[in-house]
Amino acid sequence: MIRIEPRTAPGRWMTLGVPVLSAVIALALAAIPLALAGADITVAYGEMVKGVFGSVFAFSEMLTRATPLMFTGLAAALAFRAKLWNIGAEGQLYLGAMAAVAIGAGAVDVPGIFLVPLIVILGAAAGAAGMAVPALLKTRFGADEVVTTLLLNFIILIFVQMMLEGALKDPMSLGWPQSAPVLDQGMLPQLMPRMRVHSGLILALVLAGIAQFMLARSVWGFRLRAVGENAAAARHAGIGVNRSLFGVAILSGGLAGLAGVSEVAGLKGYLTADLSPGFGYTGIVVAMLAGLSPVGVVISALFIASVFVGADSMSRAMGVSSYLADLVVSMSLLCVLIGGFVARYRITRTKTAEGVA
Amino acid sequence: MTESKVLSLNALSKRFGSVVANDAVSLDLHCGEVLALLGENGAGKTTLMNMLFGHYMPDGGSIDVASPDGEMQPLTLGHPQAALSAGIGMVHQHFTLAENLSALDNITLGSEPLFALRRDRAGARAKVQGIMDRTGLVAPLDTPVGKLSVGERQRVEILKALYRDARILVLDEPTAVLTPQEADTLFENIGAMTGDGLAVIFISHKLREVLAFSHRIAVLRHGTKVGEIATSDADERVIARMMVGEDTPVTQRDAMTPGAPVLTLSGINVRNPSGRDSLTDVNLTVHAHEILGIAGVSGNGQSALASVISGLRRPDSGSIHVDGDEILNPDPKTMIKAGVGRIPEDRHHDGIVGAMSVAENMVIERLDDPEVQTNGLMNRSAMAANAENLSQAYDVRGPGINARARLLSGGNIQKLILARVFEQGARLILANQPIRGLDMGAAAEVSRRLLEARAAGAGGLLISEDLDEILGLADRIMVIHDGQLTEVTSRNREDIGLKMAGEHT
Repeated sequence: MIRIEPRTAPGRWMTLGVPVLSAVIALALAAIPLALAGADITVAYGEMVKGVFGSVFAFSEMLTRATPLMFTGLAAALAFRAKLWNIGAEGQLYLGAMAAVAIGAGAVDVPGIFLVPLIVILGAAAGAAGMAVPALLKTRFGADEVVTTLLLNFIILIFVQMMLEGALKDPMSLGWPQSAPVLDQGMLPQLMPRMRVHSGLILALVLAGIAQFMLARSVWGFRLRAVGENAAAARHAGIGVNRSLFGVAILSGGLAGLAGVSEVAGLKGYLTADLSPGFGYTGIVVAMLAGLSPVGVVISALFIASVFVGADSMSRAMGVSSYLADLVVSMSLLCVLIGGFVARYRITRTKTAEGVA
Repeated sequence: MTESKVLSLNALSKRFGSVVANDAVSLDLHCGEVLALLGENGAGKTTLMNMLFGHYMPDGGSIDVASPDGEMQPLTLGHPQAALSAGIGMVHQHFTLAENLSALDNITLGSEPLFALRRDRAGARAKVQGIMDRTGLVAPLDTPVGKLSVGERQRVEILKALYRDARILVLDEPTAVLTPQEADTLFENIGAMTGDGLAVIFISHKLREVLAFSHRIAVLRHGTKVGEIATSDADERVIARMMVGEDTPVTQRDAMTPGAPVLTLSGINVRNPSGRDSLTDVNLTVHAHEILGIAGVSGNGQSALASVISGLRRPDSGSIHVDGDEILNPDPKTMIKAGVGRIPEDRHHDGIVGAMSVAENMVIERLDDPEVQTNGLMNRSAMAANAENLSQAYDVRGPGINARARLLSGGNIQKLILARVFEQGARLILANQPIRGLDMGAAAEVSRRLLEARAAGAGGLLISEDLDEILGLADRIMVIHDGQLTEVTSRNREDIGLKMAGEHT
């Protein structure tokens, strides 16, 4: 018979070790379908490593891929800290991206030193507005934000498609549903010549640092943690629970909006309806893997981007499906969830047969 | 009372990590006997009973139970099902009844075959009726349990155990939720049941009832059995000394002249759609240098009253004055600022954020204080100094000020809350069940602090279901029943008890 008892105090190595171990186990488990696909596992993983660390270009591609994941990961991590389940980062990302092209593709023609901040701020504001609606519905009427944010994703995506066929459509696009490109001076500066990695990465790193500091040290972070850990006690102690929730909702939406800004104004240059391959949802995995720590989000975003980029390059080299990357990411999430359980509970086997001495 | 043994616990031990919950505890129980199991919180009473009932697997020791023909047989440990079929029944403090089912259905629930096509309701009813006739435990069988009173629900729980032919009945703090009169009735019923040969173990910390209704008393302290005594040889002092290992300080309440009103509630009404926990035209005044005790059976509006004074619930009508000023838009922050210190009923749920540190929990009510924060950043050294001071002054013991607050024991969590409340120089202290679940040392500390605040000029509002606690601390007593308050001038237990039951004499 198996018994599950809570551990008295999870050790420090548990909180650090469990995510790392989960990632390793996930990679090991991914070897099984890889072997079934007929690939030589050592060669395959070698190709994967080469795809990330094999060249400066490969590494810069991984950083490029990690950038939006850091934004959406931070969006999820902050909201989840307050137990506000924002599943709508995907939609908020598109709102940010739409704001970026609406303002950046010629609507205002000012020098880059004004245009870039304008695009960044308005993009974040658009994402924040997208999260303000569900937050208001939750604090005012008690509507479950999981449902509202999730469903808003689809509404926003359809809205994007409508705009790309209408108001935002590029007249020069030869009929393709895509927006006009962001003006050159509105693009986020590149970090390395001839590489795609852009300064959105710097912004994400800075924001992660600020978030980490504010969460640990500020009164705002104190209130947020109190609300997330025990809303009843927070309320009893005079903390404005709804106000805290609304505040973090705005921030979370804004961060997700920045993911859209960074993809459009940092990488693609224009908006299409397939801008994001699910960055908003992957951000949830990133945040969970990071144990909802902002600095952890940076590390787990790098890990997940490595898996994606590495698996892409492996699938090209070996001729196996690149869906293996999705598989590894999903498995690391499952492993982390199981790992988190193991960290919190002790599972013991008891012998009941000879219970009577 | 016959002398045949029905149960023996032999050197049962249980450890949780490094904590020894039970260390080689042995107990015998005889046919028709009422054994009271006494001990402070954390003494290991519940762990012991959980091992008996198969919820926990002992680390050592064994249990023997008499079969129906009187032969002692070893009990398979760690299996509730084995305990049930050996005739052990348990009534938990928190009832485990399905509220939407009738009393009869609740009684038969779990003892019927899962896949039978027909249920023998008539047979079941006859059997329950027989038990009710024999023991005097009467409950309306066809009423949904949700509509029954707490006392009736408890009888349903006991009937459920007897229906399963329990010969040993464990009652975990059975009187905690009852009025004194209901408690007396319960003990009369227990008397009838033991006359039938049932053996009863009852867990309690109310010395008065233990002395009045048990045959034998076993006392646990720090996981070991420190003594066993025939009730006829015991008195309150002897037992209290066995429980804590020393004489308990008696709280000394000096007479004081009440000062100006610090809290006035006028015409407060709170309506709840469910009808439970509402308040009807509540008027009360607490003066400086005075503790007002609110006695009553749980669920009669105490939570609503406490929520109103805490600022958590805005009354539907009526006015609140603190220290002479009307509070127009009560919320927790306004009430704290107005000088209301709140000791919540559920300290784990409302009192602390368990995942945050002791130091953080000590400042959580004054985050706007410039001593605690500068320009929106927490003042960490001031927070640590504050925590060190308060831990010292209020004797909060635990793994340290940076440890998570949930690692503290119940008594220390309460001391943390006391430190937070009293350190802010509250004008009014709302203490909702401040002693429930605390060991004697911590309870004495709570009483001492309340009286100290009273001496310093604060007013106290003490809400409690424990009449002894109210009689010991309160200068004036009001009884809450069905959302209404009535002042009682008598300090007679019987009179107050009748008012608690809603009888107007």
